[in-house]
Amino acid sequence: MQLTNRSKQVSNKEMTLMERAYIPAIATGLAITIKHFFAKKVTIEYPEVKRYLGPVFRGRHILKRDEDGRERCTACGLCAVACPAEAIQMVAAEREKGEENLYREEKYAAVYEVNMLRCIFCGLCEEACPKQAVYLRHDEFIPVFTERDQVIWGKDLLVEDMNNRYTREAWTKEEARALDAKRASGEATNVVPRAIP
Amino acid sequence: MDLTEFLIKTATIFVVFVLTLVIAMYSTWAERKVAGFIQDRQGPNRAGWGGLLQPLADAGKMFFKEDFIPALANKWLFIAGPSLAMLTALLASAVIPFGSTFRFDGHEVVLQGVESNIGILYVFGVVALGVYGIMVGGWASNNKFSLLGAIRAASQNISYEVAMGLSLIAILMMSSSLSLGEIVSQQHGGNWNIFYQPLGFIIFITCSFAECNRVPFDLPECETELVGGYHTEYGSMKLGFYLFAEYINMFVSSAIISVLYFGGYNYPGMDWVYAQLIKAMGPETGHNIATLIGTAVFFGKALFFIFFYMWVRWTIPRFRYDQLMNLGWKKLIPLAIFNIIITGAAVLFLKPAITAWLN
Repeated sequence: MQLTNRSKQVSNKEMTLMERAYIPAIATGLAITIKHFFAKKVTIEYPEVKRYLGPVFRGRHILKRDEDGRERCTACGLCAVACPAEAIQMVAAEREKGEENLYREEKYAAVYEVNMLRCIFCGLCEEACPKQAVYLRHDEFIPVFTERDQVIWGKDLLVEDMNNRYTREAWTKEEARALDAKRASGEATNVVPRAIP
Repeated sequence: MDLTEFLIKTATIFVVFVLTLVIAMYSTWAERKVAGFIQDRQGPNRAGWGGLLQPLADAGKMFFKEDFIPALANKWLFIAGPSLAMLTALLASAVIPFGSTFRFDGHEVVLQGVESNIGILYVFGVVALGVYGIMVGGWASNNKFSLLGAIRAASQNISYEVAMGLSLIAILMMSSSLSLGEIVSQQHGGNWNIFYQPLGFIIFITCSFAECNRVPFDLPECETELVGGYHTEYGSMKLGFYLFAEYINMFVSSAIISVLYFGGYNYPGMDWVYAQLIKAMGPETGHNIATLIGTAVFFGKALFFIFFYMWVRWTIPRFRYDQLMNLGWKKLIPLAIFNIIITGAAVLFLKPAITAWLN
């Protein structure tokens, strides 16, 4: 069975004088390496240039807000239960009167902390969330820590900024699959990313 | 020898010394850069523009590491090893003619550390001494791997020196002079030895790869068989000196190759350039500028061969030890002797015939 056409027949024949002289073979080798010397380099200079890692990449966490800017999280704790690394901690609080424009549900997370040293970016919190509140961004990394107090991220870093919302082309698996199928058949060409799940 | 002459000589030697060191230093940078480029990478590019400060960073690192001498090592020889390697590597650059002459105040200064009429013999003697640095270091480490690596290096160097010397004899038969300056000036006007001695050149360059312990003949260092080879026990700047000596050797042998086979500071059309410069700027400045151009050409050639060393390093896999010995003793030495016979015949019969025919 032949898998590729690159295989070569092994032979034990005597080398000719030309082959034993090495020089032509060495010249061929030198030609190949010098071609690579002048070839375009494949390096992406990471901290300066960041490569797009695809729509399924799981990076920095975000706590989504809804269309009116209210926090979606209801502090049910399912993400913390689902988390295999036990990186999530939260304290729930009841919504007061007059806070309806801040929190979508009657209960909310007064404290929501993710320990970024524990987190393994598996995305199980994202899947566990019944309110579509927690997501891992596909377009941003967690920056490198230089101090210990940068490790635990609170709500100040996690809650979505309304002026710079996190947008995605597809928010659920079903949606993403449908989109892929459409793309494969050549129907959908430009899908507008949207901020609301 | 009066004082001016002494000062001029001192200055020349100093300049040669510093140039050799700087080139060796930047060879380490170039090695990594060339390695990167050939492997489609960038190479070092963080320390300074294009990584140009990398050698300084490396040297700083080497200096600040712990200077360790193993308890059972022979302390004095352990220190003498890298010193010898460095010394012999630097000594060889003294006789290389870097350019023709500088003129000022009626003095004629030759751009050469020592104008020796046995230059090539001197180079050979010093290069042969280079084995001691490795051997002494390897032996003094009191480590079996070091000793084995040192023995490999020594036997390899000695074997290839034979073929190297024989390939040189063909050059000497043509030039009938041992002085490097004389050999260079005989190649004036495009009469480069490479055109007369292509076989000798191939033998010589192969042997110089082996002498410098470069890939494909880098058997003295072998992680899988010998841990680190002769410098297994070395660390800090002593290791740095061994590695540095290798790069100096590389520069010296590149310079020797360009002197012996590629006309040194000669380049096509240099007489015309010289006449133009003399006409434009007078016999003193014009001469000096012409010399500078020649020196630049010489360094261009030498640097190309340093690049060639690196280029080959990332092209050819290393030989096995028996293959190395077979190549040295059974192929290169007979070839070199054959080359001598051919050259002798050409010098005796072909040259008079051609001269007679031309006249």
